[in-house]
Amino acid sequence: MQKKKLTATVKSQQKIAEGIYDLRLSTELAAEASVGQFICLYPKDKSTLLPRPISICEVDKDKETLRLVYRVAGKGTAEFSGLKEGETVEILGNLGNGFPLEKGAGKRVFIMGGGIGIPPMLELSKRLSAEKQIIVGYRDRDTFLKEELEQNGSVYVATEDGSVGSRGNVMDAIRENGLCADVIYACGPMPMLRAIKGYAQEKGIPAYISLEEHMACGVGACLGCVVKTKNIDSHSHVNNARICTDGPVFEAGEVDI
Amino acid sequence: MNTKVTIAGVTLQNPVMTASGTFGSGMEYGEFVDLNKLGAVVTKGVANVPWAGNPTPRVAEVYGGMLNAIGLQNPGIDVFIERDIPFLKQYQTKIIVNVCGKTVADYIEVVEKLGDTGVDMLEINVSCPNVKEGAIAFGQKTDALFDITSQIKKHAVQPVIMKLSPNVTDISEMARAAEAAGADAISLINTLTGMKIDIHKRTFALANKTGGMSGPAIKPIAVRMVYQAASAVKIPVIGMGGICNAEDAIEFLLAGASAVSVGAANFFNPYATEEIVRGIEAYMEQYKIEDVKELIGAVQS
Ligand SMILES: Cc1cc2nc3c(=O)[nH]c(=O)nc-3n(C[C@H](O)[C@H](O)[C@H](O)COP(=O)(O)OP(=O)(O)OC[C@H]3O[C@@H](n4cnc5c(N)ncnc54)[C@H](O)[C@@H]3O)c2cc1C
Ligand SMILES: Cc1cc2nc3c(=O)[nH]c(=O)nc-3n(C[C@H](O)[C@H](O)[C@H](O)COP(=O)(O)O)c2cc1C
Ligand code: FES
Repeated sequence: MQKKKLTATVKSQQKIAEGIYDLRLSTELAAEASVGQFICLYPKDKSTLLPRPISICEVDKDKETLRLVYRVAGKGTAEFSGLKEGETVEILGNLGNGFPLEKGAGKRVFIMGGGIGIPPMLELSKRLSAEKQIIVGYRDRDTFLKEELEQNGSVYVATEDGSVGSRGNVMDAIRENGLCADVIYACGPMPMLRAIKGYAQEKGIPAYISLEEHMACGVGACLGCVVKTKNIDSHSHVNNARICTDGPVFEAGEVDI
Repeated sequence: MNTKVTIAGVTLQNPVMTASGTFGSGMEYGEFVDLNKLGAVVTKGVANVPWAGNPTPRVAEVYGGMLNAIGLQNPGIDVFIERDIPFLKQYQTKIIVNVCGKTVADYIEVVEKLGDTGVDMLEINVSCPNVKEGAIAFGQKTDALFDITSQIKKHAVQPVIMKLSPNVTDISEMARAAEAAGADAISLINTLTGMKIDIHKRTFALANKTGGMSGPAIKPIAVRMVYQAASAVKIPVIGMGGICNAEDAIEFLLAGASAVSVGAANFFNPYATEEIVRGIEAYMEQYKIEDVKELIGAVQS
């Protein structure tokens, strides 16, 4: 499980929606990657030096490939979107804790993803053996990864413009479809995660949410990526945990978001 | 070939150290580099009690570098002595503990607690731009620097390195004040105060608004300041600021640094420190330099 920085080779890259890219990398990191972990990619442009964290969307251990699905958000991701088959990229991995599969095994679960938080939910939906209700929120009819998610459970969609599924967000989709669960797994924008935390507390069920923060090292050394925690964290001895190392997945009740 | 350097009576196997706050206490980067190969590990700043640090975002990228406003989050000296020092003692590298505080008494409490722990040196951070009280206030006026340095020297068992701020008008004057107060060495530069604004959100990139800039973009400023400081004092100077590879490190040695610290470069390349150790050896071989000390301050006009 040792973390490494190494050179990965691009197996393929495809644009799958407006501004959204699907990148497959050949790398030995695939052998030990677990669901909900992330890797960092380093841009080649030396004016952009910090590593870019991207969640692992799918793992193929046999073919030693990692799949990443990302949105072009700035300089680094714009550079990555130009990567062609056979080209290389420096990566750091595998990082973070990942989703606790055992918590949901055999239960009724919600697997919830919002926007660019959807990619890590694909591998989760494949690995988890449970009664899976997959609830995903998009801006519009550009519903990337939806067909693949449908192979792993019942999918409910919400779109901001109402063009597909429920109008609104993932919480609206839950209400409209009258869904219930014993355990929640989620990744997405902060307002969505806050709403999920509130919902889980109200229902008295655990919610495992994947958080984002700006990072510098990605390995737990710089203390850049912290989140406030309810209890004193055993590493920091203050109420702060490192998202890159102690997370990115936390039980919602443990973090102050 | 001799790569050893001696600073205030402490001999390092090579002049490459880590920069405080970028390497934790070595545990995290121990997965990437062999800590036994480093001249010294300089730890994250530690205070007398735990500090929670600043709100997030705490880091932001800027052209050729980064800004940070961590705010000196640390677990406090007691946990540090119990957990971090025993970890580092397993390795052959020297241990330099970076100390921060809000008042002179805070610094002295930490320095005294470290007295019998067997760490090799103390680096006193009077130059962090990211906390409101203490820290940088001691590092921007010669009389305040003189005062805190002489008080710490009265209580310190280990050699004291004063870490200077670049956010001053005259670095030579600060270096001389530290030397006059009895500092055993000085290190510089800490980060330069900077700011980044997100034009799309129209907000500050950092919750703290300002942050300390580090990374390769600050290197020319750091080299200049190390040169000026080394020319002003007789005590050893530890140079840092934007060092990413052996060439950068050698530039600092030539400017007058007896050792160098590698900071933000660890984030860009977790193997940086060990690569720099090897790169300095390769340079010495290439130019047939027997002793690394021949490089210190060897720049010619
Ligand atoms: C654990 C984790 C997993 C992520 N997974 C994905 C994913 O699967 N797909 C995806 O599209 N995006 C993901 N992100 C967000 C992604 O990291 C950012 O969109 C990306 O770093 C932007 O880089 P840039 O150079 O294009 O943007 P710029 O704005 O040029 O980046 C400037 C700096 O800010 C940082 N930054 C900007 N936005 C974010 C952000 N949202 N989170 C953290 N750092 C940011 C960059 O890393 C860089 O250091 C994830 C973030 C985290 C923390
Ligand atoms: C994330 C981060 C945290 C830092 N924390 C400390 C600290 O706790 N104490 C300190 O004296 N300097 C701290 N520094 C400053 C560095 O030790 C160093 O002086 C500075 O970053 C310049 O070197 P660099 O350009 O190689 O990073 C920190 C720097 C960074 C980037
Ligand atoms: S990014 Fe450095 S501690 Fe998380």
